[in-house]
Amino acid sequence: MTGVLVCVKRVPDSSSEVVLTDDAQAVDGRFAGFTMSPHEECAVELAVQVTGATGGEATVLTLGDADAVEQLRSALAVGCQAATLVTADASSYGPADVAREIAAVVRDHAAAGRAHELVLLGNDAADSGDFQVGIRLAYELGRPVVNGARVVSVDGDTVVARVEGPDGTETYRVPLPAVVTIREGGVEPRYPSVPGRMKAKKVEVEERGPSAEPTGPKRVKLLLPPPVPSNVQVLGTGAAAAPAVVDLFEELGVLTR
Amino acid sequence: MILTLVEQNLDGSAVEVSLEALTFARNLSAAGGGVPIDAVVLAGDGPGPSDELRKELATYGVRTVYALEGEDLAAYSGAGWASAILTVREQSKAVVVMAAGTDRGNELMAHVAARAGVAMAANVLTFHGLAPFVVTRQVVGGAALEEMLLDQRPAVFSVAGHAVEATPADVPGAADVVPLTPEIAAADLVARVVSTEEPEADESGSLKSARVVVGAGRGAGGPDGFGDLLELTELLGAALGVSRVVTSAGWRPHHEQVGQTGSRIAPELYIPCGISGAIQHWAGCSSAKHILAINTDAEAPMVTRAHYAVIGDLHEVVPAINEEIRRRRG
Ligand SMILES: Cc1cc2nc3c(=O)[nH]c(=O)nc-3n(C[C@H](O)[C@H](O)[C@H](O)COP(=O)(O)OP(=O)(O)OC[C@H]3O[C@@H](n4cnc5c(N)ncnc54)[C@H](O)[C@@H]3O)c2cc1C
Ligand SMILES: Nc1ncnc2c1ncn2[C@@H]1O[C@H](COP(=O)(O)O)[C@@H](O)[C@H]1O
Repeated sequence: MTGVLVCVKRVPDSSSEVVLTDDAQAVDGRFAGFTMSPHEECAVELAVQVTGATGGEATVLTLGDADAVEQLRSALAVGCQAATLVTADASSYGPADVAREIAAVVRDHAAAGRAHELVLLGNDAADSGDFQVGIRLAYELGRPVVNGARVVSVDGDTVVARVEGPDGTETYRVPLPAVVTIREGGVEPRYPSVPGRMKAKKVEVEERGPSAEPTGPKRVKLLLPPPVPSNVQVLGTGAAAAPAVVDLFEELGVLTR
Repeated sequence: MILTLVEQNLDGSAVEVSLEALTFARNLSAAGGGVPIDAVVLAGDGPGPSDELRKELATYGVRTVYALEGEDLAAYSGAGWASAILTVREQSKAVVVMAAGTDRGNELMAHVAARAGVAMAANVLTFHGLAPFVVTRQVVGGAALEEMLLDQRPAVFSVAGHAVEATPADVPGAADVVPLTPEIAAADLVARVVSTEEPEADESGSLKSARVVVGAGRGAGGPDGFGDLLELTELLGAALGVSRVVTSAGWRPHHEQVGQTGSRIAPELYIPCGISGAIQHWAGCSSAKHILAINTDAEAPMVTRAHYAVIGDLHEVVPAINEEIRRRRG
């Protein structure tokens, strides 16, 4: 039985235009809406798979404002059984602060008899992209960490993680308790079912305050990159453009016979 | 002193992004009145740095090459390698520890920073002044930038790919090799690679090396919408690359995905069809030499950023192109 904690972050949907808040400290998600990163969706899926296979409990955690419950509910809807919200303004927390808060939850839950032998996180958050909360968390907890895994499974007291490394697929076999950060691509996150959504609504979310004052991110401010001037040459419209396109192929020498 | 991690290709030469990081280090050194640049390479139980690598690093102005050796470093472990890098930092009193923003580079810098109790800035593009030391880095997959203060020592960061162009130094460095066998604590070797499998041929390999890539996004319309696109791929001897919408919907396998969380491609010609050009997709295709976008929306970011475009429905444009290629081939 392996208890799994999966950490997700409520982030602005950045697939369309990105807008900054007035104080330039965060991306403004009010127009585009909010989501979680694809890496974390895969981490949630793996948490559900591991607990399904071992009969343990999957708990989802986020540090964010009250609205971040939306991301907790979406993880509950696909099979997590418990949820914890650390209520705080995520944009005034640096990666070391977030790691310390997650560690505090892991310790408190363990003291209450709910061990999270495996903690899963995303490789990097879709907004701040610090690439480090999981690693810092491992040091906080004194646990080994595997970074950027696409697949994890549990084999007795060992977690087996597979990472696409520079020279091929690398395998790690690490004794539990451990921390693993997840990268998209190894599993397909499942869609929530209607009963899944109904069940998610009924789960009582544990709400708690932070354990310490944040030291803060080292952010001076955010800015938008300068717009790139368009230099596009339109070859034509619709099917009529085909000859011009094939002329271009010939010019670039990509049309071999 | 600035300590830069240099990663190696399988043949022992330095990876391009590490040479970019060394160039960044040199700019930093120049701003700081000529602080020396040292490199750290992880040699493990293999042969130390080759003469070619040593010469290459000299060309980039490196003073000392710390070659970390030993059984314990033979297989990769984030904590073990980071502890070895910190041994060098103690010996050399480096005020900066940096790497290229590769998967390994980011991971190792995060370990180094956590162990040293300092901040870490991932994917840095530029720096502004040294006191205080402020860097600008990519966030939101490159859609926004963050100015970040690195006021602790060592300053730890990674350099985003293509932030600077790799350029040799005016004055070469000595690149003296100093072999070191650091002692690694057992606890730092617990999470360690136990085996590596060669990547399966023809998975993302062909996509990354293809001269021409045909891209397909939501505009393909569904799992059955790829016929004409695959035919064009065939006619051009190209590879198919897709957007995340396509892989998430299960229309095509994930190893075909191009972008921040997929493959990064650098073909002679990229032909994105029905792809809007979200920043996370752009992150994977911006190195293409030429881009020809096919899209119904003339205002789509992919169209405005492309070199060439055809405005129209891909289901009409692509068959017409295929037809024209066949016609010319006779
Ligand atoms: C952390 C993170 C990582 C991500 N990683 C990636 C990644 O690696 N790769 C990636 O691709 N995305 C990634 N994304 C998702 C990305 O933000 C976009 O959602 C995605 O790229 C959009 O795919 P698309 O262009 O196919 O779809 P859309 O954005 O919906 O665009 C469809 C385009 O097709 C055009 N079109 C529609 N019908 C037709 C037609 N019949 N003929 C011609 N044109 C037509 C439309 O005008 C539009 O421009 C990531 C997102 C996040 C948050
Ligand atoms: N506020 C947060 N709440 C919960 N998890 C978080 C939070 N911030 C970061 N994480 C986790 O840490 C991972 C890495 O984040 P980062 O180091 O900021 O790029 C993310 O993918 C999340 O899984």
